[in-house]
Amino acid sequence: MKQLMQGNTAAARGLYEAGCSFASSYPGTPSTEITEEIAEYDEIYSEWAPNEKVAMEAAFGASLAGKRSFCGMKHVGLNVAADPLFTVSYTGVNAGMVICVADDAGMHSSQNEQDSRHYARAAKLPMLEPSDSQEALDYFRRAYDLSEEYDCPVIVKMCTRVAHSQSLVEIGERKEAPARPYEKNIAKYVMMPGNAIKRHPVVEERMRRLQDFAEVSDINRVENGTDSSAGIITSSTCYQYVKEALGDKYPVLKLGMIWPMPDRKIREFAGTVGRLVIVEELDGFIEEHCRALGIECEGKSLFGCLGELSQNIIAEKFGLAAPSGLKLDDGVKIPGRPPMMCAGCPHRGLFFTLNQAGCTVLGDIGCYTLGAVAPLSAMEMTLCMGASVSALHGFSKAGGKNVVAVIGDSTFMHSGMTGLANIAYNQSKGVVIILDNSITGMTGHQQNPTTGLNIKGDPAGKIDLESLCRAMGFNRVRVVDPYNLKECADAVSEELAADEPSVIISRRPCALLKYVKHNPPLKVDGKKCVGCKSCMKIGCPALSMKGGKAHVDATLCVGCGVCEQRCKFGAFTGGE
Amino acid sequence: MTTKNIMIVGVGGQGSVLASKLLGHLLTEQGHDVKVSEVHGMSQRGGSVVTYVRYGEKVYSPVIDKGQADFIVSFELLEAARWLGCLSPQGQIVTSTQQIDPMPVLTGAMTYPENLLDEIRKSGAKVDALDCLKLAEQAGSSKAVNLVLLGRLSHYFTDIPQEAWQESITACVPAKFLDLNRKAFDLGRNA
Repeated sequence: MKQLMQGNTAAARGLYEAGCSFASSYPGTPSTEITEEIAEYDEIYSEWAPNEKVAMEAAFGASLAGKRSFCGMKHVGLNVAADPLFTVSYTGVNAGMVICVADDAGMHSSQNEQDSRHYARAAKLPMLEPSDSQEALDYFRRAYDLSEEYDCPVIVKMCTRVAHSQSLVEIGERKEAPARPYEKNIAKYVMMPGNAIKRHPVVEERMRRLQDFAEVSDINRVENGTDSSAGIITSSTCYQYVKEALGDKYPVLKLGMIWPMPDRKIREFAGTVGRLVIVEELDGFIEEHCRALGIECEGKSLFGCLGELSQNIIAEKFGLAAPSGLKLDDGVKIPGRPPMMCAGCPHRGLFFTLNQAGCTVLGDIGCYTLGAVAPLSAMEMTLCMGASVSALHGFSKAGGKNVVAVIGDSTFMHSGMTGLANIAYNQSKGVVIILDNSITGMTGHQQNPTTGLNIKGDPAGKIDLESLCRAMGFNRVRVVDPYNLKECADAVSEELAADEPSVIISRRPCALLKYVKHNPPLKVDGKKCVGCKSCMKIGCPALSMKGGKAHVDATLCVGCGVCEQRCKFGAFTGGE
Repeated sequence: MTTKNIMIVGVGGQGSVLASKLLGHLLTEQGHDVKVSEVHGMSQRGGSVVTYVRYGEKVYSPVIDKGQADFIVSFELLEAARWLGCLSPQGQIVTSTQQIDPMPVLTGAMTYPENLLDEIRKSGAKVDALDCLKLAEQAGSSKAVNLVLLGRLSHYFTDIPQEAWQESITACVPAKFLDLNRKAFDLGRNA
């Protein structure tokens, strides 16, 4: 019987059914749930690695030892793991190895909308692209057979709409994978020039054979239409938009394997239709390939390369009337509702301190990136995981003064440590603030090397941040409670004034963690409140002004008391 | 049948995940092809969130586009207004009258639109507005707004028997909160 299943859950099911036994990933929207779901299967060892590079290398090690392995990440995570990716293409694998990369067209929760399909071509690896949950299950399962048959890792590319949409799937049983004992093979697995030179032609030959597979496999299929004046080549969620908008009108070549592409099949298809239209999100990956084959086609000239497509956009481009919705009078202005730090978020007190300190704040990737949003507006740069710490060093060496870096505990473990090593080694001035909320927050509460728990919530190793920073050579390492504004302000001003680099650890668990006990909500004494709005500067969603007085929303307030510390008139009561 | 479209809109953290899970379960049990699409990650942090539920004989796209929604189920008035462009001219809004100020309003940069319910009605939309928060509290928890809304929505699905809704509630709600949620559903349905 079919069941409704999220794409990521279906992906995990496919891995399970294929006999996957090892999974190592770093969380990243929209890929996170795959590994969380894997953790529910006892037959698969699973873990959160400190970053994607480590995860991919661990998965490679497990493959070498003979276990079918998996690593999953978001699109920008593959940049971090690109180093092993390009060379595991040369070594190949022992047991099957599957890599998931999840793109985020539309940037629902990402810092860019890079198109990860380029990695398949650049690293010379096969890439599959499912378009719904059933295909996610099937493709992840099939990927292992391909990986072992062609001796290479197989990338499965998800996107937000496939990863986070639920559709009906038929599940199957787990089939244990055949044993593939490790065999020493220096020529295959030691990629020094003499060996790698001999492996490159193997890679090229493999891709040629994979292209033969792409030509004949049912993973790339032609669906007939009633009108061949136009034909469409598409893949992933765009296939669903095309079918939604146009039904069975035009013939469709649906690519389930996006690399290598079936050149012959594409040529044949193009020959049977009038106008050839490529429907794909982000870059013109298929389109450029068609052009390189000398096939005339349209794509980006119609759809552009920004954000997500949809059924209406496609309908319009094919000259069909798309429905229009209702609208408000022009005079009614709808305020935006951007995401913001939760009530009681431990980051708030620290960012308010930085706002007041007037220092330059170099930021990083996590919930705390919201420190850039008004009224806190206390972040001036966010680039990628770990960049706050590394850029602080460069900024400071280039003469920049009064500057701090802020980075979360998980992000620090991911990529902050190497930047900190550079500061310790090349000695720049500046303050690194580790926002230790004892969890990976943004992606929905995953454990990390500083939390002392593993992916299943069982006790695990725990890295002590203070000891780590001291061992790197930092003499000035101090811990503050971000709910205490005075303590934060003192620490920031003293460390900015110090003549050597320093680390402040702002420590308090995420307010959304189940084990965190909250105080009762605060109340405002209307007689004492003078309406000065000093409390409003902390940007707490539980605070508003009603009738000229501060008002606390009791359903949101967790009694953190940061607003109370802002009030010179003692208008807030309760809490403790 | 043609594909039917339900949008669930609100503010991150208001409970739309359970609402979409329950609808997904219900509509699958009714024998439909179903797609449910959510967005996770940063937007969940108090931001505007939207979930798409689509069902019919064969559903392709996981998202609902402009002018396609048969229903907008809204946890908050401003969010109902924000997504109005997705409502089909024949569509129905089922909304809580709760108002939650977004940050631009809290900081004073913008104001929460006045008489918003009337403005939404002026667009031609059919609106069923209810103080769901009050009813949820009456049922025993302010978190049960989702079930109040679903109870109200169930009115409009004359072809789905009451027992089917009850079965889906049992299947999707943790046992210890079952009574509370049933009560919330009934309060919404009978309001």
